Amino acid sequence: MSDILKITDLHVAVEGKAILRGVNLTIRRGETHALMGPNGSGKSTLGNAVMGHPGYEVTGGKMELSGADVLAMDATERSRAGIFMAFQRPMAIPGVKMAEFLRHATTNVRNPDRKEGEELIPMRQFRKELMEKMEQLRMDPEFARRYVNDGFSGGEMKRAEILQMAMLRPSFAILDETDSGLDVDAVKLASQSIAQIGREAGGGKEMGILIITHHDKLLDHNRPDFTHVMLGGKIVETGGVELAHELYTEGYDRIRSAYPDAAAAEQEMAEEVAAS
Amino acid sequence: MATDITQDSSLNPSVARPAENGLGEINKYDFVTPTAAVFKARKGVDAEIVAQISEMKNEPGWMRDFRLEALKIFESKPMPRWGGDIAIDFQDIYYYLKPTNEQGKTWDDVPEEIKDTFEKLGIPEAEKKYLAGVKAQFESEVVYGSLQEDLGNKGVIFTDTDTALREHPELLREYFGKIIPSSDNKFAALNSAVWSGGSFIYVPPGVKIDFPLQAYFRINAEQMGQFERTLIIVDEGAEVHYVEGCTAPMYTTESLHSAVVEVVVKKNGRCRYTTIQNWANNIYNLVTKRAMAYENALMEWVDGNLGSRLTMKYPAVYMMEPGARGEILSIAFSSSGQHQDAGAKVVHCAPNTKSRIVSKSISKNGGRSSYRGLCKVEDGATDCKSNVVCDALILDPDSRSDTYPYIEVEEQDVQIEHEASVSRIGEEQLFYLMSRGLTEAEASSMIVSGFIEPLIKELPMEYAIEMNRLIELQMEGSVG
Repeated sequence: MSDILKITDLHVAVEGKAILRGVNLTIRRGETHALMGPNGSGKSTLGNAVMGHPGYEVTGGKMELSGADVLAMDATERSRAGIFMAFQRPMAIPGVKMAEFLRHATTNVRNPDRKEGEELIPMRQFRKELMEKMEQLRMDPEFARRYVNDGFSGGEMKRAEILQMAMLRPSFAILDETDSGLDVDAVKLASQSIAQIGREAGGGKEMGILIITHHDKLLDHNRPDFTHVMLGGKIVETGGVELAHELYTEGYDRIRSAYPDAAAAEQEMAEEVAAS
Repeated sequence: MATDITQDSSLNPSVARPAENGLGEINKYDFVTPTAAVFKARKGVDAEIVAQISEMKNEPGWMRDFRLEALKIFESKPMPRWGGDIAIDFQDIYYYLKPTNEQGKTWDDVPEEIKDTFEKLGIPEAEKKYLAGVKAQFESEVVYGSLQEDLGNKGVIFTDTDTALREHPELLREYFGKIIPSSDNKFAALNSAVWSGGSFIYVPPGVKIDFPLQAYFRINAEQMGQFERTLIIVDEGAEVHYVEGCTAPMYTTESLHSAVVEVVVKKNGRCRYTTIQNWANNIYNLVTKRAMAYENALMEWVDGNLGSRLTMKYPAVYMMEPGARGEILSIAFSSSGQHQDAGAKVVHCAPNTKSRIVSKSISKNGGRSSYRGLCKVEDGATDCKSNVVCDALILDPDSRSDTYPYIEVEEQDVQIEHEASVSRIGEEQLFYLMSRGLTEAEASSMIVSGFIEPLIKELPMEYAIEMNRLIELQMEGSVG
């Protein structure tokens, strides 16, 4: 199994513009990492690049999953290898029911060598498991019959993403602002659920989790072993949980003055966005 | 290009005319030969051939005259200048030949790709041969005999149109060609001149048929042909759902399919007409379908078009009396070398009538889909409502979609809504599904089946399943 996700000097461009400028990050299973940083610093870009979004061009660096070259895999293969990302704004797939989509996804991820057209996991077994997970997330059973993210509220989308994670049982999960748009109770439920899924994931071996957030509430039940700060496309500082609390309450002024090069890069990236 | 069928024809000089008797003992493979050789020998259409068709069928004089009149109209009308490019040599086609029914044609003659598709769709053996035109008819007598008897006891007539003309001439005389006159368009005129086969249904007042009638139920059916003529009469307060076609590719050796379908739905009646057709890539599929709905009647067309070189088909509902409703749900799937010019027409001729059109199209591998629709409200048709939604999905940059909505309103007090959307299968949607372990092909296929879900759920179960499988097949290898 894959126990280490190792990212070395990763450079990523979007539409020809450099966003990530040399990111180093190593996550082991069982570890929880928080990734914080101002808007536009490249946090979501890192998530999308790890997941294999074709619009995010890797221009340099390495990405390995216990030695295997992740950059050589497409998103399908990465998912089947145990990488998961809960998206900030997941896409709607009108006309496709959650249950149908999840049955395909779950089958594929659990049997990575499955060929198209081969049997899906048995309906009864799948439904039973799905209903259990939905109950844990306090989701109405009707939810399974709704179309994927179609007309979902912000909170429903986030919960649906967590549900998918629970079903797919990844080895490594990236949660991109899964707390945004949720009220206090919903964040608490999400936080507890993520922690529980983390404990259950991958046959008892814990998940490696990367939580991208602007707050510290999601971290209540997922105490980070490491907190990373991203600025101008680089991770500039790494600390413990206290760093997360500091950034949430104090903001990024200290970081910007401590890392003037990264702050300059941030300025440059913001101007490019404004100009385009 | 059309396959040359002359080789096929020369294999066997006897042709294609079912023995006539009503005893139910006919073996459909017993063909009689008398004058058929004449038809074999000549391609093309003219007064002599049209008269011969009528004579061969022992038709009454009025039908022969109707055909000949239609021929004149056909000859006088120019080709439509809109829609798709039609390159048909009318003199290079066999009319009253049943090319899919040719004796001497064997399973071995059916192209491999067609057999392969049947295989993948899991079509039963007997049905495969029927669909491929190897057998004259789906072997339905045993299975559906009791069904026919049951319908017969209720006064329902369900037969092929040729038989109906012999057995129920009064009904045909009253309705045939009245909903779609020969002068309607060039291809309706051609069909009127040379028609053969098709379904005839009459449902007496108050009779509700609670299962879909399917074309292959007809034990006395003539093989589906190129110029079918279908007529459905739903009397007051009666209900019927008719289903024709199949998701398996219709394989014919001729290149033109031009059908006419006429439907009358009387006061408080309901009719749903479901068609799923998947034509071979050489076919011009030019069909005229129209229904007239009377007081508080409901007419629904559910129309799925796949394959063909060019399809031009716009099912229409004329709402003739107050309270009439028309609904049209259509879907078109076009791939390489195919042009689907499909849509719908609703004509509000009376007050308080309602219509709804939902049209969806999918274009891939350079295919082209067009929506062409008409919503017309006539003077005096107050308080009408019409809602049109058309959505197009384009799977790659080589494919194309167009929308041609026409709205003609001669009345103030009406409510008309038209929404149209065109979307490309988004990289974002694909990535989202792939990030959940689906392959790119699975992801595309899922997005497409979601897109057509509103139509699929209106289909009878077995069609819905076949349609979904077919879409999956169509999507295989379309990406990456």
